[in-house]
Amino acid sequence: MSILVIADHDNNKLTPSTLNVVAAATAIGGDIDILISGENCGTVAEAAATVAGVNKVLVADNPVYGHSLAENLSELVAEVGKGYSHILASAGTTGKDFMPRVAALLDVAQVSDIMRVESEDTFVRPIYAGNAIATVKANDSIKVITVRPTGFDPVAAEGGSAAVEALDIVKDAGLSEFINEELAKSDRPDLSGADIVVSGGRGMQNGENFRMLEAVADQLGAAMGASRAAVDAGFVPNDMQVGQTGKIVAPQLYIAVGISGAIQHLAGMGDSKVIAAINKDEDAPIFQVADYGLVADLFEAVPQLEEELKKVL
Amino acid sequence: MKVLVAVKRVIDYNVKVRVKPDNTGVDLANVKMAMNPFCEIAVEEAVRLKEKGVAAEIVVVTIGPKASQEQIRTALALGADRGIHIETDAEVQSLEAAKLLKSVVEKEQPRLVILGKQSIDSDNNQTGQMLAALTGMGQGTFASEVVVEGDKVTVTREIDGGLMTVGLKLPAVITTDLRLNEPRYASLPNIMKAKKKPVENMSPADLGVEVTSRLTTLKVETPASRKAGIKVADVAELVDKLKNEAKVI
Ligand SMILES: Cc1cc2nc3c(=O)[nH]c(=O)nc-3n(C[C@H](O)[C@H](O)[C@H](O)COP(=O)(O)OP(=O)(O)OC[C@H]3O[C@@H](n4cnc5c(N)ncnc54)[C@H](O)[C@@H]3O)c2cc1C
Ligand SMILES: Nc1ncnc2c1ncn2[C@@H]1O[C@H](COP(=O)(O)O)[C@@H](O)[C@H]1O
Repeated sequence: MSILVIADHDNNKLTPSTLNVVAAATAIGGDIDILISGENCGTVAEAAATVAGVNKVLVADNPVYGHSLAENLSELVAEVGKGYSHILASAGTTGKDFMPRVAALLDVAQVSDIMRVESEDTFVRPIYAGNAIATVKANDSIKVITVRPTGFDPVAAEGGSAAVEALDIVKDAGLSEFINEELAKSDRPDLSGADIVVSGGRGMQNGENFRMLEAVADQLGAAMGASRAAVDAGFVPNDMQVGQTGKIVAPQLYIAVGISGAIQHLAGMGDSKVIAAINKDEDAPIFQVADYGLVADLFEAVPQLEEELKKVL
Repeated sequence: MKVLVAVKRVIDYNVKVRVKPDNTGVDLANVKMAMNPFCEIAVEEAVRLKEKGVAAEIVVVTIGPKASQEQIRTALALGADRGIHIETDAEVQSLEAAKLLKSVVEKEQPRLVILGKQSIDSDNNQTGQMLAALTGMGQGTFASEVVVEGDKVTVTREIDGGLMTVGLKLPAVITTDLRLNEPRYASLPNIMKAKKKPVENMSPADLGVEVTSRLTTLKVETPASRKAGIKVADVAELVDKLKNEAKVI
């Protein structure tokens, strides 16, 4: 078996979730190659070459791949990937965008968002917002798979010494162009990989009030998250949404503040090691999954939390 | 221009899903079904394009059992002009759905095809991208804003890092995200009017597509459930527990 992992990166750094995807590839077993496509992405290729267990790093460095436009990237991946038994990418928004296109070009099904590998052709994945867990067997000769990073412990970023090979394949589908990007800038850890996440919901009432949570997050070195309701109301940007249709997180500690705990929200954070919740409604569903629940008005509890944390940290 | 919208019948998002005791799937007997929420957003976007004078005709298509007519009627009540029902009782996976939609696209020649980003039952998030590949169109996935100008569409997309805007040549495929719009409710007069709008019925065979299962579901299980923990009395106790019991801070 031979597995092609498509790296997720920003042309400078390898996104940490790539290490989880390599872990999924390792669980399948076989030779693992990593494909880096991008523009001036040499440092990413160097980083990928040291990832544990990687056989070869293939690099397609060209302006047409600079923004990972699905139309171009999928043609590249389909051409390179047709020689492999499995093609894997992280189930982030980039992977979700181009991978089904790859599958269609190869005329094979895609298995989305796997959280476990049972065998080379059988995978476990959540359906119905994680309220059911399906074991599926992929019957096509090439398996196109997106991987839920939180399902796999990352492999080591160091220790490998893969050969790096440049690819001279330029695919410009001519269907799409990049116009611009508004990326959230934050000194806090990335939500998807953070050890602690502090999330706010509709109970926060407005964006200004999220500053209270930010203060707590900074004390804890935590990432910030939110419910859909908080994003829809414009309190915070969309990249903070945790849930079935947002980001999937599984930190050591998830603190939910003013979040009721709808199934769609639980789908994104239910695998956290420890969940703490602050909500003024003692019947809020979030308390059914919280290890530690505090029934309180958040506008009193959050400032107190900041004070208490000062004492112990 | 003509806009094609694909809508899917799924379990209502408020329903608590139960896995069948024999682990073959989820129990859908006597369960409330509805239009997939992302498809409602797709219909709404098409209707807004029509209200702006950008779209001239909205065709809505669904693939599914007889009862999926209800979702077509809902879309017609919301403002779509006519429906296409590809009727089948078979389980239709994303690649086959995309192939069926491709043949509808070839027949109807829409300038824009709008789908939901994800079905809330399979959670696949595949069909729009696959359809775009099969028809050789560009794709604007996870859209939070769509602007049609001349022979181009500009799509703002919700991505992990924030927002990304792309320009696509028409015809193009768009998949909707939650913030694209807030769908309206159908008014009673429009529900009545929808009953008279034309719906064409066909089978996958009529479109020359064989519905095969490339993925076999071996079993479906209930996830390991989390137990409710304890209620703490105050913030001091919460911090104490997190630090000394759970040891996570
Ligand atoms: C297709 C679809 C996809 C979805 N995807 C997602 C998703 O990915 N992520 C997601 O989060 N949701 C998602 N949702 C929405 C989900 O169903 C809920 O509507 C949403 O999670 C509710 O957010 P919330 O808990 O912040 O708001 P609410 O449910 O309104 O809860 C607010 C909570 O705050 C508490 N509160 C209010 N004031 C205070 C106070 N002063 N002190 C303490 N507590 C207070 C209240 O008691 C209440 O429990 C989706 C829905 C659909 C239909
Ligand atoms: N059976 C179907 N009939 C019509 N549209 C569908 C069907 N399956 C998927 N779609 C469309 O594809 C979108 C994404 O579905 P999926 O790839 O299954 O997550 C849905 O929101 C629909 O717009």
